[in-house]
Order: sequence, then C-alpha cells, then structure tokens
Amino acid sequence: MSEPVWQRGDLLGVAELSRAEILHVLDTAESFVEVAARPIKKVPTLRGKTVINLFFEPSTRTSSSFEIAEKRLSADNINFSTSSSSLSKGETLLDTARNLEAMAPDLVVIRHAHPRVPHALAERLASGVINAGDGAHEHPTQALLDAFTIRRRKGRVEGLKVAIVGDIAHSRVVRSNVLCLTKLGADVTVAGPRPMMPEEPESLGARVVYSLDEAIEGADVVMMLRVQLERQARAAFPSEREYFEFFGLTAERLHRANDGAIIMHPGPINRGIEIASDVADGPWSVILEQVANGVAVRMAVLYLLAGTKSGEDGATP
Amino acid sequence: MSGSLLIRGGRVVDPTQGLDSSSDVLIEGGRVTACGPGLPAPENMREIDAAGLVVVPGLIDMHVHLREPGQEYKETIETGTRAAAAGGFVAVACMPNTDPVNDDPSLTEFMLKQAERAGWARVYPISAVSRGLLGRELTEFGAQRRAGAVAISDDGRPVWSAALMRQALRYARHFDLPLIQHAEELELSGDGVMHEGRFSTRLGVEGIPGAADDVMVSRDLLLVADTGGRYHLAHMSTARSLDLIRAAKADGHRVTCEVSAHHLLLTDEDVFDSGLDPDFKMHPPLRSVADRDALARGLADGSVDAIASDHAPHHPDEKELDFVAAPNGIVGLETTLSLCLDRLVAEGVIDLARLVDLLSTAPSRILGVPGGSLAPGSSGDVTLIDLEREVEVDPATFRSRSRNTPFAGWKLRGAPAGTVVGGRVIEA
Repeated sequence: MSEPVWQRGDLLGVAELSRAEILHVLDTAESFVEVAARPIKKVPTLRGKTVINLFFEPSTRTSSSFEIAEKRLSADNINFSTSSSSLSKGETLLDTARNLEAMAPDLVVIRHAHPRVPHALAERLASGVINAGDGAHEHPTQALLDAFTIRRRKGRVEGLKVAIVGDIAHSRVVRSNVLCLTKLGADVTVAGPRPMMPEEPESLGARVVYSLDEAIEGADVVMMLRVQLERQARAAFPSEREYFEFFGLTAERLHRANDGAIIMHPGPINRGIEIASDVADGPWSVILEQVANGVAVRMAVLYLLAGTKSGEDGATP
Repeated sequence: MSGSLLIRGGRVVDPTQGLDSSSDVLIEGGRVTACGPGLPAPENMREIDAAGLVVVPGLIDMHVHLREPGQEYKETIETGTRAAAAGGFVAVACMPNTDPVNDDPSLTEFMLKQAERAGWARVYPISAVSRGLLGRELTEFGAQRRAGAVAISDDGRPVWSAALMRQALRYARHFDLPLIQHAEELELSGDGVMHEGRFSTRLGVEGIPGAADDVMVSRDLLLVADTGGRYHLAHMSTARSLDLIRAAKADGHRVTCEVSAHHLLLTDEDVFDSGLDPDFKMHPPLRSVADRDALARGLADGSVDAIASDHAPHHPDEKELDFVAAPNGIVGLETTLSLCLDRLVAEGVIDLARLVDLLSTAPSRILGVPGGSLAPGSSGDVTLIDLEREVEVDPATFRSRSRNTPFAGWKLRGAPAGTVVGGRVIEA
C-alpha cells in the first residue's frame, strides 16, 4: 500500500506543501462543497474534537469561515480574540502553548500580526496548528481556496496566467498564492505601485511589473488585493482617487485580459479604490464563490489535520 | 611582589612592536617591564608556562552592555566582567543605557566601584551624550571624564538631533572624548525588524533598509567635517557606511569604526534559515552577503578599526517571544574571540597580528585607555590564546547571566586560555 499523501499534523504555510499535497486538499474539499447545499448542513466528522480559534488580530471573514467549517464538521469550538488574549502583553510563547495545551484541544487555528508565530507555537504544541494568517507572511487556507476556486471555474490551474495586483509588500495573500499557484503550474505576475513593492520582489517567485495594464494583458485570472491607505500606507500612495486612477480595475481595463477571465479578491473589497463596482458585481467576478469555497476548503483542512493528529481515522464525509 | 609575573615561552604577537616570535613577557608592579626571549627570572617571581600558547596584549571589548544598574536579571557588572575574562578580555567599555542611565558622574563612579569589587576585568564606562538618552540636553562631559568615562554615546538609539550632535562633537573636543554613534535614521528603520532584502520579502517581515544606517552616517560625517570632532561609528553593518567612513578618513577626519563579530559571520539568510529565531535579532540587523563581504574586506584593508561584541544580554524569557516582539541583541563576550580565530584568522581573512590590532591596540587607542601593547611601560594586561583548542559553543556554560546567542552548537578551533590584568592572573 502506498504512503498516504497527507501526513501533516499542522498547516503552517504553502511553502512546505508539495504539489501532491495541495491537490489532495483541493480534491478533499470537493467532497465538502455539497454539505452547504444540504437542509441540515452538518456532518459528524469531527464530533468530540475541540478546535480553538485564536485570533490575535481582528478578523471577521477568516474567523467566521473557520467557525462555520468547524461547526459543519460537528467540532466543539472556542474563540479567543485579541481582547481576551495575552500574547500581545508579553506572555511567552511557551506559556501561551502550555495554557492552550492544558485545555487539550485537537486543533488550534491561529491568526497573528507577526510572521511565524503559528510556526513557533506549532513547535511547542502537541495539537495541530492551522495558520490563519501570520503578518504579511502566509495565509495558506486563502491560497488553497483561491486555487480551488480557479480550478472549479477554469477546470485547471496549470498553464493559466494569473495577475495579482495591489500592496504586494504587505500582503500575506500574495505570498501564499504565488507559492501555491506556481506549484500548480500557473504563470503568475504581481503588480503594484513601486512604494508598495517589497525589496527584490522577484524573490517571491513571480514575474514583477509596475503597471496594471501590463499585468492583466492576456490574464486568465486577475486577483485584486485590498488596499488600506488609512495606515502607514499613506506614505506609500497619495490618495485613493489616484490609486483607482492608476491601479483600480475597471471594465475598460479588463478588456486586456483573456476572454472568460475571472476576477478574484480576498475581501473585503473597497469599491472604487482597487476595483470598480461593476467589475466586482459583474459576471466575471467569483468573489462570492471564493467565500463559499473557503468554508469547504477549511473543512477539508480541518478534516485532514484532525485525522493525522489524533491518529484515528475520521469518519469520511 | 604584587602585580608581578613572568610569562615564559609563549608565541608573543604584538603588532605595536612588529613582534611574532617566541618571547617572555615580564610584568612588574602592574606594568610590562621587559619583553623578549630568554628573560632572566627575578627571585620569587610567579611564572606562567606559556609554551604552546599565543601571548597578546590584553583584549579590549569596546562595546558591551553590562545592564547594571537596573536590569540585573539580565547581567551584572560581576557576571558580565567574568564573562569577559572567560572570553579572553581584560577590559570592556560599557554602554550607558542602564537604568538609571549613566548620564551622571555618580553612575560612572558606581560602575567603577562594582568592577573593582568584582575584579574580573577593567571596566571603562561610557557616558550618555544626552541626559536620560532623550536627545535633548548634553550631559556633563567634563565631570564624566573626571569620574572615569572614556567616551560618550547614546547607544541603543542615535543622537537624533543634528543640532545636538553638532554641539556634542564640538564640546567633546575639550576632553578628547570620542562620540560613539549608533547610526540609525529612525523613520527609515520604522517598524523594521530585519534587513530589508529578499529574505524579508519572502518572510513578509518589515525590513530595515541599509539606507537607515547610511543616511545617518552621512549626516554625521558632514557634522564631523564641520566641527573637527572625534567620531566612532558603532556596529557598522553596511557596505555604503564603510565607503563613507573610508572617504572621511581619506579626507583626514578623526573617524573610526567598529564591526561586530556577528555582522562579519552571519547574514539575513541566516535569519531566514533560523525560521525567525529571536537569537538572530539585533540592531543593526544582520545584513546581506554583499554587506558582510564588504565588511570583511574592510578588516583586511585596514578601514575597519576594531571588532567589538556588542554584548547585549537578555533574559531567556524575553527571547521566548516571537521574533517581532523579542528585544534586540545577543551576547558575545564568550564567543567573539573563538569566532574570530576560527572564521577570520584560520580562514585567512586576516592574520593574527591584525586580529590583535582589531581587538586590543585599536580599542585602546580609540578610547585612550591603557593596554594594546606589550612594549615595556605598557599596562600589564595580557590575553593567552590556545590556537589548537577546539570548543563547541554551549550557552549553558556561559559565565554571563544570559544565553542569547545565534552561535550555539558552533564548533570552533582556537580559544582563550586566560587573562592577566595588571600582572594579576585571572581565573574565570
């Protein structure tokens, strides 16, 4: 009997995943999609398992997506958010880990503003860890749900031209997506204004351009990133008006993309800043499918990890 | 006879005398009285057999943090100077970012008293440039000099105000005190925690561009040219800063610089490979390979004046935070010499005489403190080195109270074999 493809107890980043592992998650997610269409949206797969959602940074979208995924798998879940957590007050990683361990969770979902905190906690925890976003480093479930959405819409990922546009320097979505999509054989381009580009951006593993038009020329997938000009990014770009003028996706600009190109966005969208409303709401937009698929992909990840860490076979869905 | 000693038969390496040969060193009354082969032994003289060892002018670490007063849970003057002795150093210059800050002669006097009580190594306090390190008012350079301070620095942070820097450089000339600058343009370093480059990009970590250092060095050197002050650049980390220093030296300005062992041996790729281990976090950050290689060339061609450890102890609990939250700095007193012997001298980057210059003669000259030479009349400070001894860096054995080092597990050839301070043999 061959080795099972999935043997991991943690999902920390796409960097560690092989192409086969990524495909295995996507294939597993397929079987969870229809749960959402059932009258009773629940399977007993993770009954008796405890999942702790530890969000050290505010998040509505990702935390609710995980929470719904956990509930649909019948797991018992507990949410800790920034206000009730103490890591930010200087609690050591070891103390955080010990306190979690004392509650004997099966899985811990972690979002943190600092890179590699989930990795550091995973080293110190017996339970499985899922990275729900660590600073601008990785956001593996987002990349997996994006790849899943692309594959469902286009039938494949390999050979597709994907453009990712926005604040590349500060986006965890970019890093995980470039890794994931290139492992699946896509041809990825990142684009954004120079002050929003990191040093040596080519080291991300994608083609780099500095114009929106150039990025979307011949693209099959255009992924727009949320721009947050309210914080330090103010120094990186003068105004929302100017951003939309040069880097906002409009229907007119979209004509440069391939026929049947799809528009993606990790949400929440800023209408009239990085994306025009008619594009966000148009037939090419798969933004809400991403949200729906996010639940199925997270169910798949929870299912695979719970099976590995507990050492027993979870009931198949 | 107190403070007297004959060190027999070692290989004496002393760049001030152009000496690299088997010689004896005679110390009487705390001072070197003779240095040469086959010296006759005075009666009742304590002797050390240094056969097989290298004998050099006592090493001086011109940039350490001893944390006392105020943060004795990280280090004390006693534990820090014992670590110095164990690491082959006869003297250390300690930075003023204690609590309270050393911005007053009473603090300098306290540190000297504590050092004397401990007896492991000489301590040279460095006074703050500004009261409370706040960058607003100058400290009393004259009173600090009289109390025993050897330099002025706001280390840990830059002298930020150009106006204060200009006045400090001018006023320090009265006392011939070097101004040691932690050169960092704080708005450019921002929230950065590692070198800005391909590895910070891959990790999504906020970067500190090399320009953060270079811009401040550049400004400072214009003020040095303007004032004729003495300027020493602490923990230089970039190729461009080195170019700026070279140019200032060529123009005849009184400028010197130091590099830490970790900036000579590690890069931002090591930070990446460590998985953001907080023991790889320091200020300035570990830079690119190109920067590291430029610094190594600066050692060889003489444009780098000194090597210092920037010994910065932190309690293990403080480094048990994530990389972004953890404090900056690593300990270095007990690793610097072996690292330099194995990775710089044995690798042929520099020779042993140059290393002695970098770790002893130059710091002595820059700070205006005794030592740096074994010529008769010099202070009787000696470091003994065993070039053959193989050591593995094991933080559990450190005399320092802290353990934060990125070099744990490194196997190194060449190690300190003892120190002599004013003719007194130190057993750390």
